[in-house]
Amino acid sequence: MKHLKTSRAPISQKAYVPSAPENVDTIGGTVTVQINSKTMTVPFGTTILEACRMSDIYIPTLCAHEDLGIGGHCRLCLVDVEGMRTLQASCAFPITAPLKVKTSTIAVRKARKHIMELLLSEHVGECYACVKNGNCELQDLAKEMGVDSYMFGHDNVSKYPVDRSSYSVIRDMDKCVNCRRCVRTCIDLQEVGCLEAIGRGAETHIDTFMAKPLAEVVCINCGQCINRCPTGALYANDPSDEIWRAIEDPTKHVVIQTAPSPRAAIGEEFGLEPGISLTKELNTAIKRIGFDKVFDTNFTADLTIMEEGTELLTRIKKAVVDGDESVKLPQFTSCSPGWVKYIEHFYPEYLDHLSSAKSPQQMFGTIIKTFYAEQAGIDPKDIVSVALMPCSAKKFECNRPEMDASGYKDVDYGLTAREMAMMIKEAGMKLPSLPKSDFDNPFGLGSGAGLIFGATGGVMEAALRTVYELVTGREVPFEKLRIEAVRGFEGVKQSSVVLENVVPDWSFLEGVELKFIVAHGTANAKKVMELLKAGELYDVHFIEIMACPGGCLGGGGQPVPTNEKIRKARAKAIYAEEETLPVRKSHENSHVAEFYAKFIPEGPCSHKSHELLHTHYTKRGKFIL
Amino acid sequence: MHNDIVNTIHESSLLFSNYEAGSGIKKALEMGRDDILFELKASKLKGRGGAGFPTSTKWMLVAAATGADKFIICNADEGEPGTFKDRVLLMNAPFLILDGMVVGGYTVGAAHGYIYLRGEYVYMRQFLEDCLNEMREKNLLGNNICGKEGFNFDISIVMGAGAYVCGEETALIESLEGQRGEPRNRPPYPVNTGLCGAPTTVNNVETLAAVPHIILMGGEKYAERGTSASSGSKLFSISGDCEKPGVYELNWGITINELLAKVGAYNTKAVQVGGASGICIPKSKFDRKLAYEDVATGGSIMIFNESRKMLHVLKNFMEFFVEESCGQCTPCRIGNQKLLEGVEMIEKNQYTFAHINNLKELGETMKVASKCGLGQSSPNPFLSILEDFKEEIFHAKSDGVYK
Ligand SMILES: Cc1cc2nc3c(=O)[nH]c(=O)nc-3n(C[C@H](O)[C@H](O)[C@H](O)COP(=O)(O)O)c2cc1C
Ligand code: SF4
Ligand code: SF4
Ligand code: SF4
Ligand code: SF4
Ligand code: FES
Repeated sequence: MKHLKTSRAPISQKAYVPSAPENVDTIGGTVTVQINSKTMTVPFGTTILEACRMSDIYIPTLCAHEDLGIGGHCRLCLVDVEGMRTLQASCAFPITAPLKVKTSTIAVRKARKHIMELLLSEHVGECYACVKNGNCELQDLAKEMGVDSYMFGHDNVSKYPVDRSSYSVIRDMDKCVNCRRCVRTCIDLQEVGCLEAIGRGAETHIDTFMAKPLAEVVCINCGQCINRCPTGALYANDPSDEIWRAIEDPTKHVVIQTAPSPRAAIGEEFGLEPGISLTKELNTAIKRIGFDKVFDTNFTADLTIMEEGTELLTRIKKAVVDGDESVKLPQFTSCSPGWVKYIEHFYPEYLDHLSSAKSPQQMFGTIIKTFYAEQAGIDPKDIVSVALMPCSAKKFECNRPEMDASGYKDVDYGLTAREMAMMIKEAGMKLPSLPKSDFDNPFGLGSGAGLIFGATGGVMEAALRTVYELVTGREVPFEKLRIEAVRGFEGVKQSSVVLENVVPDWSFLEGVELKFIVAHGTANAKKVMELLKAGELYDVHFIEIMACPGGCLGGGGQPVPTNEKIRKARAKAIYAEEETLPVRKSHENSHVAEFYAKFIPEGPCSHKSHELLHTHYTKRGKFIL
Repeated sequence: MHNDIVNTIHESSLLFSNYEAGSGIKKALEMGRDDILFELKASKLKGRGGAGFPTSTKWMLVAAATGADKFIICNADEGEPGTFKDRVLLMNAPFLILDGMVVGGYTVGAAHGYIYLRGEYVYMRQFLEDCLNEMREKNLLGNNICGKEGFNFDISIVMGAGAYVCGEETALIESLEGQRGEPRNRPPYPVNTGLCGAPTTVNNVETLAAVPHIILMGGEKYAERGTSASSGSKLFSISGDCEKPGVYELNWGITINELLAKVGAYNTKAVQVGGASGICIPKSKFDRKLAYEDVATGGSIMIFNESRKMLHVLKNFMEFFVEESCGQCTPCRIGNQKLLEGVEMIEKNQYTFAHINNLKELGETMKVASKCGLGQSSPNPFLSILEDFKEEIFHAKSDGVYK
């Protein structure tokens, strides 16, 4: 696939890639570095920080983050490099010649302590009244460095009002330490760039375009900045107080749907290693908190596959058989609300490519207040519908004005995995040691295909399992249904499968090579969109895009910290769990079939399904008045 | 032209002497690149922007670097408080500078040069554009310059936007690229990874102006001026309490006393050498030499007589840094605020020596921990003024010891 230059991130922020021999084993491919008393050989261009970590030497860091470009802002990671007049930021120093490094000289330690004191001097915040209390990198560093008094004072007069305008992200810049991880996240990973450093000198702070409220700029609500903020300056808009109130209200029937990704990560909030799924323990905790019903979002993920898959086949048929030129291909997935808002802002002219199918969260919302209310004999106005999501953009999504197909607000609250963990803790429970329990019916069954929605490539894999089988009458030709080509964390994945010996209904697809692309993180989405714009993707049929790096399992509502290793562990847990499920294809989910039979007998993409399970989008553009 | 801007040149031995526009280029194009580098090396020319890096080395590094594009940038941001010599050069000897850029472009293999012009100098822009056009007409810019097959070079002017830090070469490059003007991490250095990732040499206006003369007179001849470690002549921007402020071109090695006599300064208490980020020399050290090996400077000389309060002078400098720090790194962004607060405490007589001593240590940290030259040198006035004028500044205090 062709590569276009799409990144707007400053060159200086990109990891320095020195021109070294391609083969690391050749002479010059490695350099020798002496760190304290230890000599080691590292690949050319390794940073001093990386080299220290390789040899188990701890260096305090604040602005550096594995997922992001180089900062070099905080200066906490300073080390002494022999022969240099000043101390060097180890996170930003690539080793390209033999070096002697000392990591804890008096000057180094004093400088770090001074820097820590300086940061605290302008940090307006009280730990006990802060969302990050107990999981705050700044707090940890202060403790590590033995800060016991404020050498340079401590400001406690608020300088910036808290920005609560966004449904998703709250910004409390009094707690900001100007590490700029959020700035780099928003541009390096997301190519949104709605946060920037503003002002000079003492006035420097992070702000939006023209200092507008976050709700009025191009923020896509992905929450990736929250996941990487080392302090409590950024956090999600937490609805748990309202939810607690609804639970105590005897007139309310409070139901919750839980998405696949929080299950694979919420254990981290309780001290577990990443990669342990607590699906059934979570059901128990939710019930004990007092929710009336707990449903599995995998059910509507299956529904999404039925709708989106049918839509895709219909589009292809219209284009190929009917020669309808108004049909837009490739079709894009629409289950990631961050991605949806991204395309609405940055590529509004391509909105027709977006599947009109609602996301699983919103499908569920509609069904709960229509089908479920009917079946259970509950007045939908008394239902409070909560969605446990890995995502902060889901909070925005459920507040979109068009999301009222049930006649009510379809989903009342989006709750993140972090907020759910807090609710469980508040209720006095230790999640990992709870007994297991099942989801409630009538939506108790979700297929493995729905579960893998949590990982990048999952929607594509689920769709292929169903579409391929619908068209050919056979299972996808992969061992254990594993479609490896769409798995893994490469930014943009492209592959194809040939449809052969198709069933008569789909005879026009005989021999067609179904081409698809998977991308995650909107920086990668941008690459795909630019290729589309350049006319390179004319023969591609289906594209899955998730706004967050790694897919939903790396969502903006997931436990902090995050890095590729953690995301991989979560993905592994999801794929492992899916293989234990009895049903692994959306179209084989008997509850889904039952649902269609009872409620939408005309089937996917029918008129009623369009009314309830599909949506439309807004051409937002980049300039918001 | 601004009528209220006075460009007084009091003394000039070389830079403002007669120079035939284009002659430096013509001579250089007859020489090989190596010969030019050789002459520059022999001249021992060091950067006039303040850092004093040998120009021949910088150009050699860019010449040797691999890259499809290379650039030469003339740093005309001139933001250091108290300097105005680049302004005077640009107005009075523009072809010297532009020819220097062409020679530089030829030597390092660049096809394009940029002049990063201080925002406040926007009034000069048309004048400089006219000069560039004149050169284009004479084929001193453009394709196959002066008949030199394959040597294509042009220059464009880009305006700065008023930030002092954009004079720092990597911040300047960021600004040129359209980013927020903030210094980069180094390594990599601009000579390898500069403008748009291409090998780039950034040179001060005055450095470039010296080049045609060196080409014409030969490196060794040039090096006869000045001292052995500081060759050639230097423009000094003289301001403050003296009878004849203005620009002086003097050979390196002159003592402060000699300088003060030349400019008609009496009852001088202190001389700030090198602008806000320089150091403050008290009367007792006026026999020090202005030279890279003693008191190095980009040329800013501010003279304070007995009527000036040094604490006031210091406060002024610290306010400058608090405002002009780019704000990206902790020691400089917050450290300067703390130093200023310290000055204000002294002003109000509400300080303890314990705290002042802490701040001095903080100043030492800022020197080694800051990301760029601004933060690394911003504690200089704090440290040097408090040290050399402690009797004047500190009132009698009994609660501690000033170290
Ligand atoms: C804060 C700061 C401001 C600077 N401002 C200028 C300036 O206005 N003009 C200049 O020529 N160099 C300035 N410099 C020095 C440049 O970074 C760079 O060293 C110089 O342009 C190199 O040219 P030279 O080798 O010819 O001196 C500044 C450096 C710092 C740290
Ligand atoms: S951000 Fe961290 S250090 Fe600051 S108040 Fe919150 S917990 Fe405490
Ligand atoms: S939520 Fe996403 S788009 Fe919005 S500021 Fe944060 S990183 Fe940027
Ligand atoms: S908001 Fe958070 S991530 Fe952004 S600069 Fe401030 S502390 Fe860093
Ligand atoms: S030292 Fe000051 S000017 Fe330089 S990078 Fe740091 S904050 Fe910016
Ligand atoms: S972690 Fe290296 S400078 Fe911040």
